[in-house]
Amino acid sequence: MAITVRNVNKRFGDFVALDDVSLEVPPGSLTGLLGPSGSGKSTLLRVIAGLETADEGDVFIGGHEATLLPPQRREIGFVFQHYAAFKHMTVARNVAFGLEIRKRPKDEVKGRVAELLHLVQLDGLGDRYPSQLSGGQRQRMALARALAVEPEVLLLDEPFGALDARVRSELRAWLRRLHDEMQVTTVFVTHDQEEAMEVADTIVLMDCGRIVQEGRPQELYDHPGSEFVMRFMGQVNRIGDAYVRPHDVEIRLQPNGTTQAAVVERVLHMGHHIRVDVSVNGGAPVSAQLTRDEAERLGLEPGRPVFVRPSRARTFAGTPS
Amino acid sequence: MTTVALPRRRASGAALPSAAPGVAITYLSVIVLLPLAALLWQSQKGGADAFWQAVSSPDAAAALELTLGAALLVALNNAVFGTLIAWMIVRDSFPGKGIVNSLIDLPFALPTVVAGLTLLTLYGPYSPIGLNITYTRTAVVLALLFETLPFVIRSVQPVLLELDREMEEAAASLGARGHVVFRRIVLPNLLPAILSGMALAFARAVGEYGSVVMLSGNVPFSTEVASVHIYSQIQSDYVTGATAMSIVLLAISLAVLLSISALHRRSSKHVH
Repeated sequence: MAITVRNVNKRFGDFVALDDVSLEVPPGSLTGLLGPSGSGKSTLLRVIAGLETADEGDVFIGGHEATLLPPQRREIGFVFQHYAAFKHMTVARNVAFGLEIRKRPKDEVKGRVAELLHLVQLDGLGDRYPSQLSGGQRQRMALARALAVEPEVLLLDEPFGALDARVRSELRAWLRRLHDEMQVTTVFVTHDQEEAMEVADTIVLMDCGRIVQEGRPQELYDHPGSEFVMRFMGQVNRIGDAYVRPHDVEIRLQPNGTTQAAVVERVLHMGHHIRVDVSVNGGAPVSAQLTRDEAERLGLEPGRPVFVRPSRARTFAGTPS
Repeated sequence: MTTVALPRRRASGAALPSAAPGVAITYLSVIVLLPLAALLWQSQKGGADAFWQAVSSPDAAAALELTLGAALLVALNNAVFGTLIAWMIVRDSFPGKGIVNSLIDLPFALPTVVAGLTLLTLYGPYSPIGLNITYTRTAVVLALLFETLPFVIRSVQPVLLELDREMEEAAASLGARGHVVFRRIVLPNLLPAILSGMALAFARAVGEYGSVVMLSGNVPFSTEVASVHIYSQIQSDYVTGATAMSIVLLAISLAVLLSISALHRRSSKHVH
């Protein structure tokens, strides 16, 4: 395993940040630590990096015990949400920092920096200062800086969190491609399930300092182990005891024995799909997601009586109804 | 309607009466510029020769040398210990931190003569610890150290407070040990603040009178500083000598102030 975390506990005063967390990250994988804020995902990443020390438990990196090692000796690359650029150094000096610390020959450093700047598409910007770069460029510089020391694992803490939506989606796709090229074991933290699903091979979903479920994105989406996972991985409706995704709500104009009577409340055009809010038996509103063709065929408008049926639903044992 | 009216109201609300620039300039002239001009005029009265003679006379040169040397020593000392104390206040937590923090401004707030007397009580002829340093150059330096304590601390403190801790964590993750992180990441970011604190301390030390006069004994060629020298020239009715020395001190202060602002312009270019 590239990273092994075994029974780690971490408290900040009375707050339990990590509660008996164990995790295995295989070499060459791209893992997303996903969860709401305060779920412990960043703390777990920082414990792996050695920026926080665990109260109890062990951390292994590349098969070596690292629990008591300082971050300097863990062979990691770390990327921060707000870039942590060395503001007083040029872009090239930022990237060269780890190599200069290791006292590599000047020519080698120069060549490697040029290579890395090319890799992160910052050719020709080596003489600029971080303040002269955009947010997306700064984060790519930070990534090049972390990769320069050829780390055993690359750790990214909400790497795209400070960027605007368009740059964020560009960088997601780019990170995915970069990982496929470099094959360096990567763990990133995010609170955005879409980002996790788009980028990660494996998602580790956390809540209240614990790992709730881990698996491939599709597994978590299609086979959530609990109501929390179901809700966190996407939009969800509650019809009786059943949990239904909006795209699994079927709307018909005639009853067929398994349907329930409902009334259309709102019809929203979301661009690539239509969202229809209905109230079932005068109760809680249910959101359905329809294609434009379906919605047109049904001729839906507010006030119209319809019949709904979940085409795929899940129930969870022990959830309060 | 409000969106249109708002900027207009703000524009007219922020404007001062049109006489304001005239008032400000007159005020500055009366309070600062005219006296300075008078001093300059007075110092030139005897011609360039008399000016040069007054400044380069052996006792004046000795006073100037002592003043500049002591001020430089004090500024360097403050750079080290001021940064250290600022670091302690910002980064460490210890009982009584609030008291220490407010104590730092005391030397600056104290009337300088009181500061001198305070030091005289401990290090003077009636010292309870038997340590008499009056009539020595050590006394001059000690008085200046007391007076200039806050400058570096107070200019480094806010910068250190604002310093991005993640820069240090990033450097550590790249393999830099504590002292390397300090030298290559922290210090370059603090340097402008340290230098501007040093400059202020230096300027203050060059002009200090009250505390030094109490402690140093004011022996010409030995412990007489420039400001005391000026006073003694006036006492002996040698106006040209007093004004000439004043002009030299003035020029030094001005040079220091200009270099601070040049420094700030340079350092703010990349850091934000």
